[in-house]
Amino acid sequence: MEVLKIATAGSVDDGKSTLIGRLLYDTKSLTDDKLEAIEKTSKQKGYDYLDFSLVTDGLVAEREQGITIDVAHIYFSTPTKSYIIADTPGHLEYTRNMVTGASTSQAAIILIDARKGVIDQTNRHFFINNLLRIKEVIVAINKMDLVDFSEERYQEIKADFEELMGKRDYQDQKITFIPVSALKGDNVVNPSINMPWYKGQTLLEHFEDLDKEDVYNVGTPRFPVQYVIRPKTEEFHDFRGFAGKVYGGELSVGDEVVVLPSMTRSKIKEIYFYDKKYQTATRRSSVTITLEDEVNVSRGDMLVKVGDLPTIDKQFTATVSWMDSQNLNLGNKYVLQHGVNKVLAKVENIHHKIKPDYSGVDTEVSGLAMNDIAQVTFRLNKPIFYDTFKEHRTNGSFILIDNQTNNTAGVGFIE
Amino acid sequence: MSIIETDLDTVLDVEQSKVLGALRNNDLENEAIYIFREVAAQFERPVLLFSGGKDSITLVRLAQKAFYPAKIPFPLMHIDTGHNFPETIAFRDKLVQELDLELIVRNVQDSIDQGKVVEESGKYASRNILQTTTLLDAIEEFKFDACIGGARRDEEKARAKERIFSVRDDFGQWDEKNQRPEVFDMLNGQIELGQNVRVFPISNWTELDVWSYIQKEAIEIPSIYFAHKRKIFLRDGFIWSAEDDVVFRAEDEVVEERMVRFRTVGDMSCTAAVLSDADTIEKVVGEIRASKISERGARIDDKRSEAAMEKRKQQGYF
Ligand SMILES: Nc1nc2c(ncn2[C@@H]2O[C@H](COP(=O)(O)OP(=O)(O)O)[C@@H](O)[C@H]2O)c(=O)[nH]1
Repeated sequence: MEVLKIATAGSVDDGKSTLIGRLLYDTKSLTDDKLEAIEKTSKQKGYDYLDFSLVTDGLVAEREQGITIDVAHIYFSTPTKSYIIADTPGHLEYTRNMVTGASTSQAAIILIDARKGVIDQTNRHFFINNLLRIKEVIVAINKMDLVDFSEERYQEIKADFEELMGKRDYQDQKITFIPVSALKGDNVVNPSINMPWYKGQTLLEHFEDLDKEDVYNVGTPRFPVQYVIRPKTEEFHDFRGFAGKVYGGELSVGDEVVVLPSMTRSKIKEIYFYDKKYQTATRRSSVTITLEDEVNVSRGDMLVKVGDLPTIDKQFTATVSWMDSQNLNLGNKYVLQHGVNKVLAKVENIHHKIKPDYSGVDTEVSGLAMNDIAQVTFRLNKPIFYDTFKEHRTNGSFILIDNQTNNTAGVGFIE
Repeated sequence: MSIIETDLDTVLDVEQSKVLGALRNNDLENEAIYIFREVAAQFERPVLLFSGGKDSITLVRLAQKAFYPAKIPFPLMHIDTGHNFPETIAFRDKLVQELDLELIVRNVQDSIDQGKVVEESGKYASRNILQTTTLLDAIEEFKFDACIGGARRDEEKARAKERIFSVRDDFGQWDEKNQRPEVFDMLNGQIELGQNVRVFPISNWTELDVWSYIQKEAIEIPSIYFAHKRKIFLRDGFIWSAEDDVVFRAEDEVVEERMVRFRTVGDMSCTAAVLSDADTIEKVVGEIRASKISERGARIDDKRSEAAMEKRKQQGYF
């Protein structure tokens, strides 16, 4: 089954929860008992329509405040695909959650209230989805019922958004505009009868048609070793398998590879998935690889193809999105986790803060507070083997762990 | 040259069948295997919490896949409420023996006997909540730093925000407002001494995903998941087993015999059955596909209050 993960972004009250609820309702994904609970609560609250937002609002505190405060995951499926929606809140202060939700998604929905049009928040949502290099972005212009399903209004908003698109860094991002009414159900799953002027696909139709492989960023194969498998049984006496996930491209039996950091060369002897051997492992498959030669390989090492080396360096600059309540300051030290490899990192330089709404940079910086995004240079105690984030989404990203609290304090995209 | 094998559910041409990704193409499986390997690499004393239910049986298969040809490098632990279906226990013991795994069992009855928890009484008496104490004690006894569980985010609203690596403090408590962000594939398992991490490798699976996987992999599961004749009685619109004296039954609650199956196999006292003729995995998957009652709808303890699960989780419930 194909899995498509979609991140959502919208300001409070733009109708995100309603949209997700509508998707579930119209794809018949809501179970009877959930539907009943929604009907009951909607009635209790005195609404004359179904409050779909109850589908997504999970935790008690939120239910009390009536807002979503973290990343929630919602699941539904059609005969062709399994969908995971990462529902991330769109408030100003929650850049960190949006980055989190977007980091594992292949597509994003940016919601706009047709009455308000493109607002500051929209810039932010777009900025982050573009920074994270999400391939597919849907701009859903919602509450069309409140602007008389007006094509003119839709075109106006679209033009405003297109102006933003000129500023984006990742120009290959595919952007699709869809006018919807989440509350009434127009163009979410079913085509709208109220907007005959719109000839495009509905939101779900669009996702259904996406080709699975197209939504992933392609790069060169990288194989970070997670774990060394040594069964020490009679049957597999000398077996040394390197367990990991293939990122970016394929690896095949016979490929000449280099082991980093030792720079030892060998050839792929076997590729196992469970108890069967295969000729080729495609990207994203979790396999076990054996090599022709007896090579010393441990967790954190990386297999790459000969002639396809990443950068091997102890210093680099990255765009950092800060997620911790304790500031990142010049000279601070962190554990830097790059894939499954851990090193120590020191903050060498903070160049400038990037305003995540295309309003420029802030060069007067001393430290980074939660939700700040900035360009930072790090020095490491050991070299890592990286690509730029542009070239390789996985091998170009890392997290920073605070050694005192063990919290994941920030995420970085290597430049 | 290596052997190329295929076990497709769809027919692929020869060229394509050489490519592993085209064979399986199961992102959820790949993700779960990745998570298992992270656990083995990042923790010193992991344990797989095994309930005997389909989710934990699926976990065992995924763990086998993650470490083949080596054995699963950690033990299983069953927190036995004493109210398990006998079929589940028999199944558990057989599985452990066949795969040559280490099994630890800790009993809720012991926690009751030691006066650590008090048995509930009345119509809705259940040992489900009491499990928490037994579990936390066992974690301390064995100094487990990672407990792998089969919870899925689609099961329940409060679970939708659970992380894959979910840190619990030394009291086993979950602080849902202060969770570590999980970005890309990177899992941060760094903890203080005394803390532990709950790990959920099938977080992103739905009930149907699990059932389809069991079907595709031909994984054996306990017989009570399939339709069978059972003595039952009705209460509050739920179907309860009347074959054991675990479930409280009032005198006026009439026993009848019906074809039923169970969708979850938790504590007998709070696990309801559904009427069903599905006696094969194909039929069960078909039924689930068509079904409109969510799985936890069949668990009475969640119905007690809408926020029930969240409260129990904060207290350390699995
Ligand atoms: N008229 C109209 N109201 C909508 C639409 N979508 C959402 N709403 C309403 O807008 C309000 C906020 O919606 P909600 O889904 O809770 O927004 P969220 O904060 O983005 O999750 C609710 O009162 C919804 O009923 C729509 O398409 N048309």
